[in-house]
Amino acid sequence: MDTWRNNRGARLALTLLAIVLIAGIARAEQPNSCIECHSALDPPQQVTNEQFARDIHAQKGLTCASCHGGDPSKSDMDAMSKAAGFRSKPARKDIPALCGKCHSDGAYMRQYNPSLRTDQFAQYQTSVHGKLLAKGDTKVAVCIDCHGMHGMRPASDTRSKVHPTHVAETCSRCHADPAYMKGYSIPTDQYAAYSASVHHDALVVRGDLSAPTCTTCHGNHGAAPPGVGTVQNVCATCHVFQAQLFEKSPHKAAFQAASLPGCVPCHSNHRIVHPTDALLGTGKQSVCTNCHTAGDAGYQVADQFLQQIDHFETSVTNSDEILNRAESDGMEVSQARLEQDQARDALTKARVTVHSFNLARMQEDILAGLKTTDKTYQEGKAALAERDYRRKGLGVSLFFIVAVLVGLRLYTKHIESGQNT
Amino acid sequence: MLTRVRNWLDERFGWDELTAPLRHKTVPMHKLSYWYFLGGITLFLFGIQVCTGMLLLLYYRPTANEAFESVQYIMTRVQFGWLVRSIHSWAANLMVFTAIAHMFSVLFLRAYRKPRELTWVSGMILLFLVMGFGFSGYLLPWNTLAFFATKVGTEIAGQVPLIGRHLVIFLRGGEEVTGATLTRFFGFHVALLPGITTLLLLLHVALVQKFGISVPPKVEEQWEAYPAQARAMKFFPNFALRELMAWYIALGVLGALAALSPWGLGAKADPFAPAPAGIKPEWYFLFMFQTLKLIPAKIGALDGEVLGIMVFSLAGLIWLLLPFFGGLGRGRVHRWILGLGIFAVAYMASMTVYGYVAK
Amino acid sequence: MDNVPSSGVEPGRRRLVEVLLGGGLIASVVSFLYPVLQYIVPPAVVDLGGDEIVAAKVGELKPNSSKIFRFGSRPGLLLLTSDGEYRAMSATCTHLSCTVQYRSELHQVWCACHNGLYDLAGRNVSGPPPRPLEAFQVHVRGDEIVVSRKQEA
Repeated sequence: MDTWRNNRGARLALTLLAIVLIAGIARAEQPNSCIECHSALDPPQQVTNEQFARDIHAQKGLTCASCHGGDPSKSDMDAMSKAAGFRSKPARKDIPALCGKCHSDGAYMRQYNPSLRTDQFAQYQTSVHGKLLAKGDTKVAVCIDCHGMHGMRPASDTRSKVHPTHVAETCSRCHADPAYMKGYSIPTDQYAAYSASVHHDALVVRGDLSAPTCTTCHGNHGAAPPGVGTVQNVCATCHVFQAQLFEKSPHKAAFQAASLPGCVPCHSNHRIVHPTDALLGTGKQSVCTNCHTAGDAGYQVADQFLQQIDHFETSVTNSDEILNRAESDGMEVSQARLEQDQARDALTKARVTVHSFNLARMQEDILAGLKTTDKTYQEGKAALAERDYRRKGLGVSLFFIVAVLVGLRLYTKHIESGQNT
Repeated sequence: MLTRVRNWLDERFGWDELTAPLRHKTVPMHKLSYWYFLGGITLFLFGIQVCTGMLLLLYYRPTANEAFESVQYIMTRVQFGWLVRSIHSWAANLMVFTAIAHMFSVLFLRAYRKPRELTWVSGMILLFLVMGFGFSGYLLPWNTLAFFATKVGTEIAGQVPLIGRHLVIFLRGGEEVTGATLTRFFGFHVALLPGITTLLLLLHVALVQKFGISVPPKVEEQWEAYPAQARAMKFFPNFALRELMAWYIALGVLGALAALSPWGLGAKADPFAPAPAGIKPEWYFLFMFQTLKLIPAKIGALDGEVLGIMVFSLAGLIWLLLPFFGGLGRGRVHRWILGLGIFAVAYMASMTVYGYVAK
Repeated sequence: MDNVPSSGVEPGRRRLVEVLLGGGLIASVVSFLYPVLQYIVPPAVVDLGGDEIVAAKVGELKPNSSKIFRFGSRPGLLLLTSDGEYRAMSATCTHLSCTVQYRSELHQVWCACHNGLYDLAGRNVSGPPPRPLEAFQVHVRGDEIVVSRKQEA
């Protein structure tokens, strides 16, 4: 301690040594000098420790240098020098190629995830986004716009911006922004329309991953609208029966001739709501009357479609009602209820068979269903008849009971008058 | 023919001597005599329950897997099964009602006074047993309502201090309401409770026989002052015939209820489904249930529900021991009891109605 | 009854009362006993259909075929695979409750309503169904094929 107080030189040397040691230790704990500084900066240069920790690339062992170059082991601005290979922030037009350097390299990606696809960049180049980017439009989406850049999560992570439940929202960041989309000749109402659809309800609200989002029909990396001739194929990937029936129906040729896509003219492309029977027939909400006019053959068929389905639905409802009545009066009708399920199956089938636009086809399903509802209706009537029989039986036994009561009364009076004399 | 049988019995068992008290038994007749029918009707309904219960036992299966289906089977496949089951369910409710009415009529007619204290006590225990029958029997169809009502009911039992937890495990046959609970309740309902009830009933009826039918105090005073005004009716055959009429009326009412308003079955219990909203116990527990719902969660340092249960338990105990308070200070205590009785009827009735209309 | 008087009431009236009372008593008792006697006779269908049911007899199904049977209040599907194993599962599609069927050429269970497919263990493999079909246990008892649900506690 005498040394410290007496020797200024020693003091300086020891202090400097301490600083160097501490810095060295600090750096040993923090091999990434990039994060060290950039976590303290403000956006857009900010990359926090937390982001780095959840980033999928970081978790696999990659660092900032993998994309940005530079040397994270060096301190301060040495890390960002040209000598260290620093590439700075990549230009937007170069980003897909940058990501593709690894992601399109099959041998490289095999080290990390052999089943991950490696054609994203190739697909991207066929997409509208890719093509416009090649022409110099940097407003279009590049990899980082959807996937994020720092703190990126894999698509399978439910919190990822490209998880199926979030895809539509991610696309809408540009595509629903009229100011951003000015100059492009496409509408900006798709997200609003999709949000009103059954697909949105299934996927985003109920979490049913089998329901489609934007990328399901448009592709994700190769995103482009399906052509007029091919929209039907897209819907057909899930709605197989309807597509098959439509293919063989008279509408196929008619729509092609009118340059109309399949499915969309009646069901819309984005605002696909739950179809009701009112879409058939010739009423206000009918889609048939968009083309068909009073008097033509299609008009008659449309009218018949609605009438037959309504008639069948009424008969299903009638059976339900009579069974309800029987049940609330204490009769047990579970067998008939089971058969009613079959009738409802037939109704579901009929609504699918409509897509053949062939009245005879649909009538097959309806007739099968009507047979069932006739049966269940009869069973309901039988249940009510049994209930009435029971009530009659009750009446009979009540009659005897009343007779006994009257008899008892008379007998009692009779013996009591005798007792009193 | 009947005389021959009587002589045969008399030669062997001293039939005439045995039945002498019955033949001399009389029933006091006054304005309030109609209330005397209630005890007999309750007994009759108990008999109906035993008979319909034994018939149901021919087909009922007391396991969680089959209970519901067996009741469904009885109602749909067994000839007149619907009738037997509906009568059993309706008679159960009617019996609880007549038992309660019988108890209150005894209270208001002051029939619990000396020497009939034990008749009252045995009767009160019988009333508790009847409610136990109702609670245990309700679970047996294993439908949604029954399952959750039992869950809630046994949960409340668990709030009793000190023994609550053991009580719940004893009642449920485990921590939760499961098939084990069903087995246990079935055992209570068809063996344990009937056994105890039969013994107590014998005692109760024997005591009634011994002490005769009580006369309300005011009528008693009147008749002591003017003996000529005292009226009595022979039990055999006069009162018995009237009692038979009352029983036949009860039969008619039961048949009508079973045929016009059959007892429903609902859906099979699913222990993993959430409880249906607004689950309530049967009407005879409703006034207690509603009271517990209205009590605030905490009263001072005490848990509200526990306090409610303690109050009801205390009330039950006081009710059980009512005759023994009569000895302390004559007329005033009886007026207190009368007041308490009126309050009890009013409270139970209004709380039951409230429980029904409340959501 | 000891004290039946001999005077005070016309004999005709007394007869009427006796007939009414006696006849009514007998008739009412019969109307009570008749249902009881009918009740005691067990019905023809003994099976409850609750947690166990005889779905078919041995030999009824050929390999790679199926049968729909009623299990409680819902339909069930019994399969005999090509390897000779019996499988049973709920026949109610988990999508919108249509009744499924076995497609022998696909070796899969199929729902005709929206093209849902399940494998032989009832697992949903493609199409809209969100959940597998509930599996049942199958035992061969003598010449009966008994299908049962999982036992509850």
